Amino acid sequence: MGDKILNINDKLVIAGRSFQSRLLVGTGKYTDFEQTRSAIDSSEAQIVTVAIRRINLGQSPNEPSLLQFLPTNKFTYLPNTAGCYSADEAIRTLRLARELLDGHNLVKLEVLGDPDTLFPNVVETINAAKILVKEGFDVMVYTSDDPIIAKQLEDIGCCAIMPLASLIGSGMGILNPWNLEIIIDKANVPVIVDAGVGTASDASIAMELGCDGVLMNTAIALAKKPILMASAMKKAVESGREAFIAGRMDKKLYNASPSSPIKGLIK
Amino acid sequence: MKININGSIKEFEGQKITAEELITQLNLSDKRFAIEKNGEIISKNYLSDIYFNDGDKIEIIGAVGGG
Repeated sequence: MGDKILNINDKLVIAGRSFQSRLLVGTGKYTDFEQTRSAIDSSEAQIVTVAIRRINLGQSPNEPSLLQFLPTNKFTYLPNTAGCYSADEAIRTLRLARELLDGHNLVKLEVLGDPDTLFPNVVETINAAKILVKEGFDVMVYTSDDPIIAKQLEDIGCCAIMPLASLIGSGMGILNPWNLEIIIDKANVPVIVDAGVGTASDASIAMELGCDGVLMNTAIALAKKPILMASAMKKAVESGREAFIAGRMDKKLYNASPSSPIKGLIK
Repeated sequence: MKININGSIKEFEGQKITAEELITQLNLSDKRFAIEKNGEIISKNYLSDIYFNDGDKIEIIGAVGGG
């Protein structure tokens, strides 16, 4: 984010909303709602992504719902458009989400291009973003790690750019740190790595690059111990942020200076 | 009359039903949901004013776990 002076106490600000936590988490793939809530509590995430789907009409009136386990007054919901393959589908989904959540307009736009890889379709993403921004949505947008597309999405008015680190659900980690660094360097809105994080070090690397946050789901939900992994991710995001602000030492191949004094060696 | 709700056809008595009555019959009154009638979103504030007729296509959606 340019030459801005950073402070460790800076909050993550997205479309005027401030967040202490820079870890955003999904709510899918957990065993049950109890585990979902426990993992999210352990992560200390404040923003949670949710999917919008047809209600199961056969359910009993007392059947628990995600909204009961994750109350909207405690968590900031980020309804997503996962599973949408066109701008029209994504727009329709988010209009319904806004009605569902009583006018809540912070959303995650994601338009996919291929069911095998889940790569985003950036053309449809751009088309959808233009309309959603016009309709008053605060659009956090999932995209490829192409710096030109990222800039175009910012220019359209998206409030956060969310490039993939690697493919959704792959756990392959940060595959192109150089592109991410260019996106971060050019952006004037928060950049949040979304997708591809597999373990805590991946989250740290993303934050050390200067990302403003990390969004993940599978890395926590499919860990052997999701609640413990959620805690690991919280620490990884925090430590990566601290390291980024602290500013790492320069790398050098050799001619390094020893940490202990040369003077006074016992001879 | 027959109404298509979330992709399946449901039979109802009479010629029309309000959105509010439909929600009650489906046991959804205490749930959070959003409704679309033939592609148009119906505001929750007007559920008692909107009628569904034979052949209407209704979508009722909620929030579920997702990434």
